[in-house]
Amino acid sequence: MALLEIRNLHARVANKEILRGIDITVEEGEVHAIMGPNGSGKTTLAQVLAGRPNYEVLSGQVLFDGKNLLTMKPEDRAREGIFMAFQYPVEIPGVGNAYFLKAAVNAVRKYRGQPELDAMEFLSLIEGKMKLLGLDESYMKRGLNEGFSGGEKKRNEIFQMAVLEPRLAVLDETDSGLDIDALRVVANGVNNMRSKERGMLVITHYSRLLHYIVPDVVHVLAGGRMVKSGGKELAEELEKTGYAGLGIEEGATAPAPTPVGR
Amino acid sequence: MVNKAKLEQEMANREYKYGFVSDVEEERIPKGLNEDVVRLISQKKGEPEWLLEWRLKAYRHWVTMKEPHWANVTYPPVNYQNIIYYAAPKPKKAVNSLEEIDPEIRTLYGKLGIPLQEQERLAGVAVDAVLDSVSVGTTFKSKLAELGIIFCSFSDAVKEHPDLVRKYLGSVVPYNDNFFAALNSAVFSDGSFAYVPKGVRCPMELSTYFRINAQDTGQFERTLIVADEGAYVSYLEGCTAPIRDENQLHAAVVELVALDDAEVKYSTIQNWYPGDKQGKGGIYNFVTKRGKCLGNRSKISWTQVETGSAITWKYPSCILQGDDSIGEFYSVAVVNNRQQADTGTKMHHIGKNTRSTIISKGISAGEGQNTYRGMVKILKGATGARNYSQCDSLLIGSRCGAHTFPDIQVMEPTAQMEHEATTSKIGDDQLFYCQQRGITPEDATSMIVNGFCKKIFLNLPMEFAVEAQKLISYSLALEGTVG
Repeated sequence: MALLEIRNLHARVANKEILRGIDITVEEGEVHAIMGPNGSGKTTLAQVLAGRPNYEVLSGQVLFDGKNLLTMKPEDRAREGIFMAFQYPVEIPGVGNAYFLKAAVNAVRKYRGQPELDAMEFLSLIEGKMKLLGLDESYMKRGLNEGFSGGEKKRNEIFQMAVLEPRLAVLDETDSGLDIDALRVVANGVNNMRSKERGMLVITHYSRLLHYIVPDVVHVLAGGRMVKSGGKELAEELEKTGYAGLGIEEGATAPAPTPVGR
Repeated sequence: MVNKAKLEQEMANREYKYGFVSDVEEERIPKGLNEDVVRLISQKKGEPEWLLEWRLKAYRHWVTMKEPHWANVTYPPVNYQNIIYYAAPKPKKAVNSLEEIDPEIRTLYGKLGIPLQEQERLAGVAVDAVLDSVSVGTTFKSKLAELGIIFCSFSDAVKEHPDLVRKYLGSVVPYNDNFFAALNSAVFSDGSFAYVPKGVRCPMELSTYFRINAQDTGQFERTLIVADEGAYVSYLEGCTAPIRDENQLHAAVVELVALDDAEVKYSTIQNWYPGDKQGKGGIYNFVTKRGKCLGNRSKISWTQVETGSAITWKYPSCILQGDDSIGEFYSVAVVNNRQQADTGTKMHHIGKNTRSTIISKGISAGEGQNTYRGMVKILKGATGARNYSQCDSLLIGSRCGAHTFPDIQVMEPTAQMEHEATTSKIGDDQLFYCQQRGITPEDATSMIVNGFCKKIFLNLPMEFAVEAQKLISYSLALEGTVG
């Protein structure tokens, strides 16, 4: 059984059909890259998988570990093991990073019938992972993403992923707004998470990120449809020819999705 | 799928778990107010002549006054002749010790989680319980007496410590201060009195628990706390009432006095019945609270967590008379459904180098309307006076409101004054982010609200901080368990 099976998925946002038939199968241990120009539906796909309200599925099927994902509440999808690294992580002032993450870890553990972690157990769980992402102790006490730079927010997303150890990680434009050093740290964090049991969907506009996180499969989206799939060499091809090389006009193929959650 | 609308709906569907009525036999006087009623109350309490005179002066002044309507709240006119001004649990026999209190009353306080038995020593809180208008029992009285601390019902204080009461009663809130204070001065039936002598640090929290039980009654208690030179006392009040369709009036007066180097910390967890979803019933909480930093280097600190009442009209204030004295006001006010709150503080700087801090957090949900009203007045001669005010509002949903009316009057050129204010809304994107990490929208809202209130909770005595946090989640119907 595949980890994730997306079959002929159609979805709309604000009465605009953005996804017009997506088929992707991710097996355990695979890293899939989803590329495409702006407005091709990449972020919409991530939001639909995570269950964001107002993203309406019109038809098609999504199975996660054989279970129907589309009828689950967003929090249950997360508890089942789906993690989305947000393109624009929100700030929640007054709620400490560590406090938030501990609540998340324990919500997931409770759902799985595991005992909740106390403060000490939680600390030992996160210590090594903080080092990996270059986060120091002051981070723990600050409000969730409060006053973080773009790079810090992205690092925090990957750190949360490392702590929550999902079955499927969806990285939505994790490379956007990162300088080369931050990109290396983030990619290193992601590569450390690659394993036989875990699948990943890496969504990106540019192939730059894929030099660091080398995918097993590359899909190209345009106008809400899959236009091409292939191995990692497809990303290299795109780098040389651009989307135009595949006959895709940047941004003109589908209406831009309404920005949500900036 | 749980969405925001459903969450808001759930929040609006909260219920009030202290809404039961206890079958306690009551002695009540007929409805209405006139000089004879004032005399009757005074007589029932066996009061000295000077106190009756004081009440009558207050009453005669009150009849010349008009109910104030400047607050940002609306409610139908109160018929002051339709209220019972005195209701007391009828003693089955004379009560000599806590063990002899009517079992029905003990059960009532048991349900509320208020221990009236001294064996609850571990709790470390001395409690005075006021039911309707009368104090029904004070715990730890003898232990406190060893330190010279007086903590008793107001009526007992009038009998046993008349000089102290006479010296300080009305010294902070005069009988003619305002409409509701004048009414209280005329008809107050009981309340709590505390006096901490020179240099004594009160070793436990003093606490009063107020409960309105009887129908058609008003509750008019009066609290007076005096901290003598170098003394310290931390005091906490809590309150609940049964669910009734009619509105009930609560017009209390609290006076605090701090002499040289003394400190009084006064915390309130106000959970009067707020009325139902349509705004029917609920308590009108029209309260005058004021502290006077009479001595040099004295300090008065107010912390309030206001979650109940249909209408709140309340401004715990500080008169900073002594040089180097400090006033503080920390407040969380939550309104949901049709609740309206107009609350804030006054900081009156008179002495030199006086300092005050105001931190107010307003949370509005449902169709609730929350108003912060604050006045900072720095008089000429209050050299080096400083004030810092921070006033934040959090909105949940789109039908509620937050309003701010700061009034700043600085007559002293060397004074410093800062005011900061923010308004924020719990966003769909914040809730979704939390959900994507496995946290339900209810828990996420609770987390965000508690983060918003954190600074205030830090000022509450530890055991009550936990209580306050739960109460707020509960007021916003974020907790499923309703008793």
